[in-house]
Amino acid sequence: MADRVNTAERLEAAAAAAEQYYVASSWTLMRRKFVKHRLAVIAWFVLAILYLAAAFAGFAAPYDRIASRTDFSMAPPTRVRILHEGRLQAPFIYGLTRQRNPETLLMEYQTDPEQRHRIRLFVSGDKYKVLGLVTANKHLFGVEEPGVMFLFGTDQLGRDILSRIIHGARISLSIGLLGVAMSFVLGCMLGGLSGFIGGPVDMAIQRAIEFLQSLPTIPLWMSLAAAIPIDWSPLRRYFLITLILSIIGWTGLARIVRGKILQLREEDYVTAAGVSGATRRNVIVRHMLPNFLGYLIVHLTLEVPGMILGETALSFLGIGLQPPVVSWGVALQQASNIRSVALHPWLLIPALFVVLTVLCFNFVGDGMRDAADPYK
Amino acid sequence: MTQYIVRRVLYMVLSLGVLSMVAFMIIQLPPGDYVTTFVHMMQQRGIAVDEAMMRALYERYAFDRPVHEQYLKWIGNIVLRGDMGESMAFNDSVADLIAERLTLSVVLSLGTLIITYIIAVPIGIYSATHPYSVGDYAGTVFGFIGLATPNFLLALILMFVTLRLFGWSPGGLFSPEFLAAPWSLARVWDLMKHLPVPLIVIGTAGTAGLIRILRSSLSDELSRQYVITARAKGVAERRILFKYPVRIAINPIISAIGYLLPGIVSGEALVSIVLSLPTIGPMLLDGLRQQDMYLASSVILMLGMLTMVGTLISDMLLVVVDPRIRFEQKN
Repeated sequence: MADRVNTAERLEAAAAAAEQYYVASSWTLMRRKFVKHRLAVIAWFVLAILYLAAAFAGFAAPYDRIASRTDFSMAPPTRVRILHEGRLQAPFIYGLTRQRNPETLLMEYQTDPEQRHRIRLFVSGDKYKVLGLVTANKHLFGVEEPGVMFLFGTDQLGRDILSRIIHGARISLSIGLLGVAMSFVLGCMLGGLSGFIGGPVDMAIQRAIEFLQSLPTIPLWMSLAAAIPIDWSPLRRYFLITLILSIIGWTGLARIVRGKILQLREEDYVTAAGVSGATRRNVIVRHMLPNFLGYLIVHLTLEVPGMILGETALSFLGIGLQPPVVSWGVALQQASNIRSVALHPWLLIPALFVVLTVLCFNFVGDGMRDAADPYK
Repeated sequence: MTQYIVRRVLYMVLSLGVLSMVAFMIIQLPPGDYVTTFVHMMQQRGIAVDEAMMRALYERYAFDRPVHEQYLKWIGNIVLRGDMGESMAFNDSVADLIAERLTLSVVLSLGTLIITYIIAVPIGIYSATHPYSVGDYAGTVFGFIGLATPNFLLALILMFVTLRLFGWSPGGLFSPEFLAAPWSLARVWDLMKHLPVPLIVIGTAGTAGLIRILRSSLSDELSRQYVITARAKGVAERRILFKYPVRIAINPIISAIGYLLPGIVSGEALVSIVLSLPTIGPMLLDGLRQQDMYLASSVILMLGMLTMVGTLISDMLLVVVDPRIRFEQKN
């Protein structure tokens, strides 16, 4: 008897779930499916943190991006400690002293257990502007002067690498989004033209895409980037580099748009909309676009890493963005000398952030791909 | 079939024409014309440029003519005489400069392509036939990391690790004693010894991509009814696998050459710069730093040609391997 009640209940619950499934909007279904992809969700949060840190870089970074402390050149990463003389304490760091090694003549750093500095939240330090508006000097975490804390070490000029990574994230992370936005506009326009008009226009655009895709990108990007005059302002340079990166980027998107338009054009509901007197614009925007927007977003997400890697490569080679602008590629320039890397491996840390970001975008894109077609 | 090949070749020639225009555009990009910059450069080096030399330069590049004539002169020089112009940065003819380096670039790119396939095909087949096994997951993780790590960073990290562990760095393509030596068997052998590290570094991303393609296309194929039928009839598992599904799943991989090759050529240029290999990449970078556009455009032209010819060959291979395409062409 109890068994039968249970079965009935379960059936009812299943029916309710099915009902919910049928009435849910496609966006709800997409979100549900996305959440099932664990890695994608984790990656989503990691990216959110990275972008937040980039937006409020001045606050999140313990130091300024270019303030150099020449007396702390190439200092190794500072160790955060919680044990002092065997007793558990709030996180703190030891002081840092340096002296020249009489044999190798290299500067060497020693920790000085006599000096101890508590790591505090909201400490005062270098001045910065919040979103370019208000001047402030509070930092998320740090130590009081005269203590110094370099969690990822410093570079040749004694600049804190962690702070440079956080400030560099502004450029490195935004260039991916901006580049993808440009690709999106170009790809939708040209792909749409190709799909709708067809004939010789379609032929020409398709051949152009095939041609661009057959070019080795890095040498082409290098040549174009090197032709940007040196004396141009950093902002102009930034936009041009982004433009150069999207020269190839739009091609994949245009192909998807064209394919989808060709496919959807034959669908009954599109014909129905046309017959009912919907304008061509309305048919595209209201009826066709929502149908493949998911695919476009997936493709764009997977396109971002390529842009980030492109900028990193160009800046690393010294023909992308130029100092004093900081991006991850610019921060990595210091790692181009292998001897210096062998002695100071922390110079490679910016690379880890590049890899982390690219991995996250790949995972999110993967999760979105599953979610893009929620009815499957 | 013949018609298909002729059409493909014609199409490639057309693409090459467009490519040459793009390359020529690169020469035109920096402000000022080439001869003025060249003369300026010569004067800085303390070499006087007389009237006759100037006239010879104008004659060679047609700089006093309209742009389309300049282009025709430039491409004519390349096609008819193999004259790619003069490199400002290295003060030598571009054709001489890039000849050997380009050969090494071709060797590296082809080697990478081969290594990529040798590594990717068995792993892909294993992943597809043992889905969700430990080996499959290991392959997937490797794939993701391989795709996410730009190969120039991989090269840096690899150099750092070997320098730390073994006390030497894997830079260069030749041992010091063979650096300037003429080609000989011993030199070729020396080259072979230096090749594995760069080949693997350049090939990582491509290998990862290929594994994913092969895994998905093969697992699609393995769930087809004809496979189930064959299994039900008692055909040996190995025979089922290699007789049909692998043959079909291999096709997307062959057509993948078309988009793998540009990536490999790009990666090769970048990795060569980091590992300081004597290929075209470092020379391009050196030239670009001094705005040496004749060098840059010739390199773009040559590398683009390399990928286009590669794609053509892969299309031909596909016709040979896949009877369906041959059949389609016939009808």
